[in-house]
Amino acid sequence: MSIAIPADLEKEIDKRITHYPVSKRSAVLPVLHALQHHFGFIDEDAVEWTAAKLELEPIKVLEVVTFYPGFRQSAPGKYHIRVCRTLSCAMAGSYELMESICEKADIDRSGVTHHDPIAVSKDGKFSIEFAECLASCGTGPVCLVQDDFHEAVKDVDGLLAQYK
Amino acid sequence: MSKVIYTSGKEPHARESRVVFKNVDREGWDPSIARYMSEGGYDQLKKAMKMEPQAITDEVKKGGLRGRGGAGFPAGVKWGFIPPNNEKPVYLICNADESEPGTFKDRYIIHQDPHQLIEGMAISSFAVGAKLAYIYIREEFPEGAAILEKAISEAHEKGFLGKDVLGSGFDLEIYVHRGAGAYICGEETGLIESLEGKRPYPRIKPPYFPAAMGLYLCPTIVNNVETLCHVKHILEVGGEEWAKTGTPNNTGTRILCVSGDVVKPGYFEVQVGHVTMGELINDMCGGLKDGRKLKAVIPGGSSAKVLRAGEKFTVGRGDDAKEIDMLDIPMDFDTLAACGSMAGSGGVIVIDDSRSISWVLNNINAFYAHESCGQCTPCREGSLWMKKITDRVVAGKASPADIDTLDSVARNIDGRTICAFGEACAWPTESFIDKFREELVGDTDASNSEKILNPESLAAAANLS
Amino acid sequence: MSEEKSDLIDVQIDGEWHKFPKGTRMIEACKEAGVEVPHYCYHPKLTSPGNCRMCLVEMGMPPRPRPGDDPAEPDEDGHLPIGWMPRPVIACANTIAPNMGIRTTGPLTEECRRGVMEFLLANHPLDCPICDQAGECSLQEFSVEHGKGESRFREQKVKKPKNVDIGPRIRLDDERCIMCSRCIRFTDEIADDPVLGFTDRGSHTTLAVHPGHELANNYSLNTVDICPVGALTSNDFRFQMRVWFMKEVNTIDPNCGTGCNIVVHSRQDEIYRITPRENNDVNSAWIPDSHRLNYHWINSELRLTDPLIKDGKSHRQTSWEDAIELSASKLSGLKGSEIAIVASARMTNEELFMVRRLATHLDAGYVDIVPRMEKSDGYLISADRNPNTTGAKLILGLEDPGSKLGKIKDAIIKDEVKALLVLQENLIDDADFAAEDFSSLEFLLTSYPMANPTAEAADVVLPGACWAEKSGTMLNVTGRLQRLNQAIDGPGQTMQSWEIIRDLIQNTGGGNGIYSTQDLFNLLTSEIPDFVGVTWDQIGDLGMQLVDTGETIPLLEKERQRIAKGLIVG
Repeated sequence: MSIAIPADLEKEIDKRITHYPVSKRSAVLPVLHALQHHFGFIDEDAVEWTAAKLELEPIKVLEVVTFYPGFRQSAPGKYHIRVCRTLSCAMAGSYELMESICEKADIDRSGVTHHDPIAVSKDGKFSIEFAECLASCGTGPVCLVQDDFHEAVKDVDGLLAQYK
Repeated sequence: MSKVIYTSGKEPHARESRVVFKNVDREGWDPSIARYMSEGGYDQLKKAMKMEPQAITDEVKKGGLRGRGGAGFPAGVKWGFIPPNNEKPVYLICNADESEPGTFKDRYIIHQDPHQLIEGMAISSFAVGAKLAYIYIREEFPEGAAILEKAISEAHEKGFLGKDVLGSGFDLEIYVHRGAGAYICGEETGLIESLEGKRPYPRIKPPYFPAAMGLYLCPTIVNNVETLCHVKHILEVGGEEWAKTGTPNNTGTRILCVSGDVVKPGYFEVQVGHVTMGELINDMCGGLKDGRKLKAVIPGGSSAKVLRAGEKFTVGRGDDAKEIDMLDIPMDFDTLAACGSMAGSGGVIVIDDSRSISWVLNNINAFYAHESCGQCTPCREGSLWMKKITDRVVAGKASPADIDTLDSVARNIDGRTICAFGEACAWPTESFIDKFREELVGDTDASNSEKILNPESLAAAANLS
Repeated sequence: MSEEKSDLIDVQIDGEWHKFPKGTRMIEACKEAGVEVPHYCYHPKLTSPGNCRMCLVEMGMPPRPRPGDDPAEPDEDGHLPIGWMPRPVIACANTIAPNMGIRTTGPLTEECRRGVMEFLLANHPLDCPICDQAGECSLQEFSVEHGKGESRFREQKVKKPKNVDIGPRIRLDDERCIMCSRCIRFTDEIADDPVLGFTDRGSHTTLAVHPGHELANNYSLNTVDICPVGALTSNDFRFQMRVWFMKEVNTIDPNCGTGCNIVVHSRQDEIYRITPRENNDVNSAWIPDSHRLNYHWINSELRLTDPLIKDGKSHRQTSWEDAIELSASKLSGLKGSEIAIVASARMTNEELFMVRRLATHLDAGYVDIVPRMEKSDGYLISADRNPNTTGAKLILGLEDPGSKLGKIKDAIIKDEVKALLVLQENLIDDADFAAEDFSSLEFLLTSYPMANPTAEAADVVLPGACWAEKSGTMLNVTGRLQRLNQAIDGPGQTMQSWEIIRDLIQNTGGGNGIYSTQDLFNLLTSEIPDFVGVTWDQIGDLGMQLVDTGETIPLLEKERQRIAKGLIVG
């Protein structure tokens, strides 16, 4: 295993694990979140590390990682964008928003597949994917950039300009 | 108590009754515990700690509080399902996975009034005997998770959580648990599996009724954010008094979330049943956009069966029976059910005449195909199949017979799966075909029926002919 | 209502009333009533996830009277009318209730089955002609009974990995997988080796092992048996033989004292595979891979096919008559105390009975067997790697099997023993003997299925039939008497041990009228105290507890705990 976990990250993870006094396995999601937050995505080493940490077979961690679209298995750009695709946002123009962001950030989504949903801009600054309902249907179209939530996005240039 | 003033442009509509959303978009309000306590925050917890747990449950039952997550099941009754002779630990889980498309109330509560939820959870935990509680919050609310964790630590400092809450001898820890992007985690047994660190496959019932065999196979109560907030308010006024709001069997206020083709979409907290569909759309949301006409409404989150503009329903029994227009439906649990749909999660999606029904249905089908957990055969295979058929309808590559197949696929899922996702993914297709068959068929072409669509169909045709 | 107090519950199945014990699963009640409910994910030995939905049936209960209404009148047999539920229920995980009605036929159930079949086939490849499961595929079987005959699925199928190497003995075709999760549950719950899992979700759900890990535990091939389709196939059996060409014989595994119940699948005296056979007092429904796969030597070039006699430094082929006559003449000139017999706990009780006769007839100074004690694996492999030590102890009167082998060796070296008969054993490889230990012997005879170093040193070498080539009974470590049934004929001139011994007795002046294993069984059950009175039919396909040795089978103990907890049917 080649993953290097900084001491403070492991400390944070150890603290999260204490939230589940009955079963360490319950900490799978929080551990993965912490790792993704730090590394940007979950690679195989992260899966193995999580499994060892929680005393699980690695496949039981991989089962979880691959179930949830919230876990990325490939490296995103510096800023990862998730555009809501679901009905109310689609009615409010989320497909158009996706196109517009891709055009302005120079992202080619033609290679996107079910198994590889993320497209990265040529300069690596932005990556993008569609997400299902982000639960702000009244203010569509909405998107998440990293952990920032943006509602009723009209001004794509203004949106992208916030991320240097 | 200071006068409540709301942010300009966010003022409540005159027909609203703000209880849970009292502090949402309010001037001078902030999510700190100090601000919360400045207006009586945690007073109800203090009151609760002096009550018998059963007495709290009784108040909730008297209030007739029905779950705000989707099924509308009475919360007090649910609490009462914990086996009386139980000796195992009890857990309370707040379902903040808010994932039904069209629903968007939890973010406001969590971001702007987190202590209301924590107080509601603390009271409820005490009532059901839970010493450990989790808030299962959807991954897409990263800021909300941080706000809740801060609020929990504030409540800890004040002695509202932790060991010996307010000197009562009752211990309670609440932890925030983030999901990772799965609609199925809104289903309570799927949520429990997820919280156990497994794939969130809903459990079979029987035997796994959460109130008896939930988290770690111990009694577990799972309630929606809005439901748990209401517990605090029920305690404040008493169950009987609280039940005077709303309408009988549909008590209290609830938050309706309107999105789609209206002038002013947004949230509205109203007394259940006091506002009709027409009033909600035309008065509170400013009606449809210029020159557009109402085509359809999905009244309770995207899985609720669609209602067609102009559709008539017979409601009431016996002598009280009467025919009403779709716009006259009061937005309560029972009437919407009587009209063949549901109040669900309170997410109202308005569709105007500029929309293609095929496109709308395809969008919904894509959502459910993406979100099917894949455990049960009918839903796993059927949800994607429906999506693929409507892909073709939208692309003009379907034949009229495909609409029949689509309908039959939906009906082969409905009622045949472990959890209600089967219905959630089938009802849109069933109801859209029921009510808009002509338009759907209009998007097809009979000449497509003979076309070979892919190499596998070619092989299949060769093998099976 | 007095009936409710008893442990038996009235349940109506397809119009007929039956009684079943409380707690019976609906699917098992139907089975007992002779009604097969089709299913894929359900397996009585595993937990029930209820995911395949194939076992949906119509269910009903007597409706509770509304407040104020009189309760419904029972019919003449005392049964209340049934109110049928509009929604179907799964028969696998639900238990029966008093006065429940189950309909496994009728429009609702049939519509459910057709629907589920159509869904299962929607993304399933149409590669039956090259699929090993063909002929024993539940998808094929139920499709014939419950399917539509034509596909309405016009879309592109979901693409998944094919021919995945998931372990040393198993291959996975993910497109054939119907996500029943039986294999995952087996590795989690039975084999304690949770290396299988599902990745992705929805229709894209994919059975997988973690990259760099493999399904390699010694019970892995059981997943192939319980896979209802052709997703998991055995590397050993893959593409070897169509299942419908094979002969199946119920017998028992000879690789250890557990005596796992098995089916031997053969064609033209060649074994193609071995599968476990359910026996809840022996092996549940499983068998270790190491035992299952230990059959290739049976059809190999290593087999002895003809009697051999020593001719100078090498052996030459001879006839049975010559070999037996030569042996008899060598033995006839010796005193009993100068003869030692090493028999085998791999022999059947009937063969051991013949050994006992031979020993008495020759008045042999020593009789023993070769012990094979190792460690139990904690599941099905017994510490005793002989299949019939219990029988050998009872029939040969051995208290401490193997304890005389050292004395025999000493006696040979001291010239006290001049003839050694090694029956179905190989003392050089499997006991503490070396070739030079035999040098002072006047006569060494061995019978064995394969060429071996002991045979190399022997004056007479007899080709013995192996376990698959003979019938009889064995006693497992717990004391259970089980039938070994002949699956194939041995190669060349091989003979079964009882025949060899009978001929030796006859040629050394003994007489008997034994012509078949049945004759032998009759003698055994009239002469050996513990066996007296036992009949062949009594043993049946599943055996009978003859004696109680106090030994237990660890896997069964764990299974009983899971049954007690209600996790599995068992």
